[in-house]
Formats: sequence, structure tokens, C-alpha cells
Amino acid sequence: MILWLAGGLAMYMAWAIGANDVANAMGTSVGSGALTIRRAVVVAAVLEFSGALFVGGHVTDTVRKGMLDMELVQADPQLLLYGMLGALAAAATLLAVATAYGLPISTTHSIVGAIIGFGAVALGVDAVNWSKVAQIVVSWVTSPLIGGVLAFLTFNLVRRLILDRDDPFEAARRAGPFFFFFVTFVITLVTLFKGLQNLDLDYDLSGALIRALGAGVIGGGFGWWVIHRVKRASAGTNDRRFAGVERIFMVLQIMTACAVAFAHGSNDVANSIGPLAAIAAVVRDADLSQKAPVEIWMLAIGGIGIVFGLATWGYRVMETVGRKITELTPSRGFSAELAAALTIVLASRLGIPVSTTHILVGSVLGVGLARGIGALDLRVVGRILVSWVASLPIAATLSIFFFYFFKGLLS
Amino acid sequence: MSLIANLFGQSPVRPMQQHMRAAVECARQILPLFEEMVAGNKAAVAKRRQEIDRLEHEADRIKNQIRSHLPKRMFLAVERRDMLEILDYQDSIADVAQDIAELADMRGMVVPKQLASAFLDLVRRVVMACEQAERVIDELDELVETGFRGREVARVDEMIEELSRMESDTDDLEERVQRLLFGIEDELGISAMFWYKLIDDVAGMADYAERVGNRLRLLTAN
Repeated sequence: MILWLAGGLAMYMAWAIGANDVANAMGTSVGSGALTIRRAVVVAAVLEFSGALFVGGHVTDTVRKGMLDMELVQADPQLLLYGMLGALAAAATLLAVATAYGLPISTTHSIVGAIIGFGAVALGVDAVNWSKVAQIVVSWVTSPLIGGVLAFLTFNLVRRLILDRDDPFEAARRAGPFFFFFVTFVITLVTLFKGLQNLDLDYDLSGALIRALGAGVIGGGFGWWVIHRVKRASAGTNDRRFAGVERIFMVLQIMTACAVAFAHGSNDVANSIGPLAAIAAVVRDADLSQKAPVEIWMLAIGGIGIVFGLATWGYRVMETVGRKITELTPSRGFSAELAAALTIVLASRLGIPVSTTHILVGSVLGVGLARGIGALDLRVVGRILVSWVASLPIAATLSIFFFYFFKGLLS
Repeated sequence: MSLIANLFGQSPVRPMQQHMRAAVECARQILPLFEEMVAGNKAAVAKRRQEIDRLEHEADRIKNQIRSHLPKRMFLAVERRDMLEILDYQDSIADVAQDIAELADMRGMVVPKQLASAFLDLVRRVVMACEQAERVIDELDELVETGFRGREVARVDEMIEELSRMESDTDDLEERVQRLLFGIEDELGISAMFWYKLIDDVAGMADYAERVGNRLRLLTAN
């Protein structure tokens, strides 16, 4: 019964994540007309799911047992069960209210706040692994900054290698496959290197490097093939000098949008599956501090939830977001997404739950700092701060309330 | 409420170009206006003036729209203050064109035969300078695309230099017309005063056009 309730709440979380957040990755490509909605949904679904399945385990581990002292919890595992159930209920409630009233809420911040909340109050302040929590909270500041710096550098590189050349179209055609290679290589390397124990695939550095190189070459070759099918814009009016280049960037941007979708799946699946995994362990009376990795079927369930949200609601959000961000031309979108995807995947591999949206905002601002975007509304920075304040303490309070509620109800 | 969707403001670049198009269209109308005046066709002059009024209002409308879309919280590819300054110079082209048309039409002025050809030469050259400034502003989106660096900047710098050359041409032509005017001051009587003003205003449009270019060059210089 408890497992069903927890499963339902987790599925709702996954659904909401798929419905709201995937649009941030794919909206750019839809807005620029590079992908139709239908294709964007299919592509995003495949990559979100793969990201959740292959890399999602690390952050899920952190959420299910990294933030609390499991030795202390082991004394009375039922408390963990009520707490994680409370955390799920709190995050889900906050998410539903925020969606209804249009508040910018971060699911990551909510679930982390909720776990800290019940942990500190119900289990005792000592039960919270404060150094891990501090690491996570610091990453919420540093990860958008890292995304911003990476995006700034990427855009300057794009400018130097492509836009600033005599024949930018030809330059883009030459550089494009290398970007494909680079992104595929880095993401595969991060995924493979000691990352797939739950699939019984354990690669050391050299094994991972060789396979990542192979994947990179395939990615680069595929990129070369796609890019060389892009036709040069008819050399016409002055105004269209960069139109051809942007068409190549549309292809590159689809690639980075895929990378962001993969990265998003790898980080955000934990927000729904992390608490569920903890609850399942208690119910089955397993050793809570177990070293065994997250079971693959759980990640798959989370992935399916996200894909379900995307298919039932996410495509609408994608359309709206796409319409609103037409100012983000493909070359800028590419730079921002490349930076965001790498930052998020790295965080996922390190098991740090981060806000993909905040990192994407940081990356776009980074391109803006390089004077690449016409006008950026800095109110968004204030909104991020509001989302911090709205997510953390409120989720913490709600989860304490739900903890006592479930404790009273179930014990 | 998606943070990403609310991150992007309306870029002022395209409205700036639209505004410049309207302003330079005002300047362009000055040439047929004076040609009709030389031909002595007063009704046609009045009609041109109406057209210039309409275009000037259009430019004003775009200007106000740009200003209201550039609140301080917007982070722009081009410094806000610089953008607004360029906008002011662009707008002055339209304003001065309107002043010229108003004076010409209201006083029912007639072009003295001795001045006609030299004066129309000046007007033509001034319109050309304004059109060159329009071409420079048309490069604004390409400048943003390349992030104000490299070859595109060199290209625009060259266009601005051409604009400067055109402006100094108008200085020479203005002097020529003024000298002719000195010679017939007595003949014209009080009209001479208004002709000084008209000549000054016409040449002034080229000054504003040059300032648009120079202000933009300061932007690309850093």
C-alpha cells in the first residue's frame, strides 16, 4: 500500500518534470523551426529516457541516502519511510500549487529542501549529512556560473572559428563535425567511466576513453553527414549573409538540445525516483546504507514518467517556450546548450542534484555577456532567487508536516 | 511559468532599423519637395509636406516604442545609453526634414533661379549621406550576429568612413550655395534670411547622419 502511494507520488513528480522542464531543452529547436513538435517530442523522449537510465543512478543515490546519516536511520527505518513519503508529498504539493499559480519552482530545490526538513526535525539535526548538503547548496550557485563561463567561452570560440571568417558558411561546415565529436565524446566518457555498475559495465579510464573516442568518431561522422546536406543560402541580399551559417547551426543546435535532454534526464529523474528508492529499500527490509547501485528498473520507471509527462503535456509547453525565445538564434542556442549540457552531465555523474533550468539561464546569460543576444531581461535573476526562497523553506516545512501526518496515519 | 521563456526581451535592433528607415524616408522626400518648388508647383509641395509629416509621426511612434521597451533591467548587446543616443540622432534627421518642409510650405517659398541647381546638388548629396547612414544601421543586426568583432566591424568602419566623406562633400556644396546666396541677398530681401535657415537645416541632416555613424563607430571600437 505504502509502495503504491509512494509510486503514485513519484510518478506524478516525474510526469510534472517531463511536462514542464523538457521544453527548456527542445523549445529552442522548435522555435527556430529546426524540429517539428512531433519530432522534438520523439527525440526528447528517447534522450530523456537514456539519460535517466544510464546516468540517473548517481544523483538518485545522493537523494535516497546521501543527505542523511544512514547509520542513525538504520535504528528506526520506519522514520525514513514516513519522511521520504512526506518529502515526496511536500514536493508534489508545492509543484502542483506552483504550476497552478505560475510560480518558478525548482523540483530539485524542493526535494532537497524537503529531505533536509524532515531529516533535521524528525530524525534530529545530527541525522543530516550537512557537508553533503552544503556541497549541494554551493553547487546551486556555482553550477549556473560554470554554465555561464562555459557558454561565454563557447560563443567566443564560435565567433573566432566561424562567424569571424571570410566565408562563415564554409567555416561552420568544417568546424561543425568537430563539435559533434566533442559533445558525443565528453558525454560518453562521463557516462562510461566507472558509471555503469548497475548495468554490470565497469570501465576503467582507458576502457572508457577508447569507447568514448569511438562514439565521438561516430557522432562526428554523423554530424559531417548531416551538415553536408545543408545547402548554402542563395547568395542574395546583404541581409542574408549569415542565414546559411545559422542553418548549419540549426543542425548543431538539435545536437546540443539532445545533449541537454539527456543531461536533464540524468539529473532530474532522481527528484522523483530518489525518495521512492529509499522507501522501497525500507519496505523490503534491505540494508539502507547498502553499496549496491540503484536498480535499473526504478530508473526506467522514472524515465517513463518523464516521457509520459512530455507526451501528454510537455509538447504544449514546448510550443509556448519556442514561440517566446525566437530571439535565441541557433548559433547562440548552440553555445548556451553545449555549456549547459556539459555542466549538467558532469553534475549528474558527480551525484549532485542541480537545477537544469538555472544552469540553462546561466548559460544564456553567459552568451549575453559576450554581447551575443539582443536583449535579456535581468528580472530572471531575481526570479531565480525567489524560486530558491519559495522552494527550500516551504518544501522543508511542508515535508515536516507530512512526516507527522504519515507517521500518525501509518504507525 | 518558465524562467527560460521570460528571459528574452525584445531586441531593439530591428525597431532601430525600422526607425532609421522612416527617418531617412523623410529626408528622401526633401528632394522631390524642392524639385516641385523649383517647378513652382505649390500644391505638390504641400502634398510632400503632408507625406513628410506622416513619416515623421511614424518615426516618433517607433522611437517611443523602442524607449518603452528598453527599461534598465534589460541587458543589451549594445549599451543602452549608446543605443538611445543613436536613436536621438536618427530622430533628428526626421525632425529637421519636417522643419524644412514646414518652412518651405508655410512661407510658400520660391527657389531663386540663381540658386536652383547648386541647391538641388546639395540636397541630393545630403540625401545620399542619409541613405549611407541607413545602410550602416542596416548592418546593426550583422554586428550583433558577429558580436561586434572582426571582419564585420571592419566592413562597417569602411561604410562609416564613406559616410564621413559624403558629409564633407555636403560641407563644400553648402558653402557654394551660401556664396551664391550672398550675391543675391539684396534681391531676395527678407527671404534671404529664411534661405540661410533652409540651407543650414538641409546641411544639418547630413551632420546628424554622420553622427549616427560616428556614434556607432565608438561602439565597435572597444
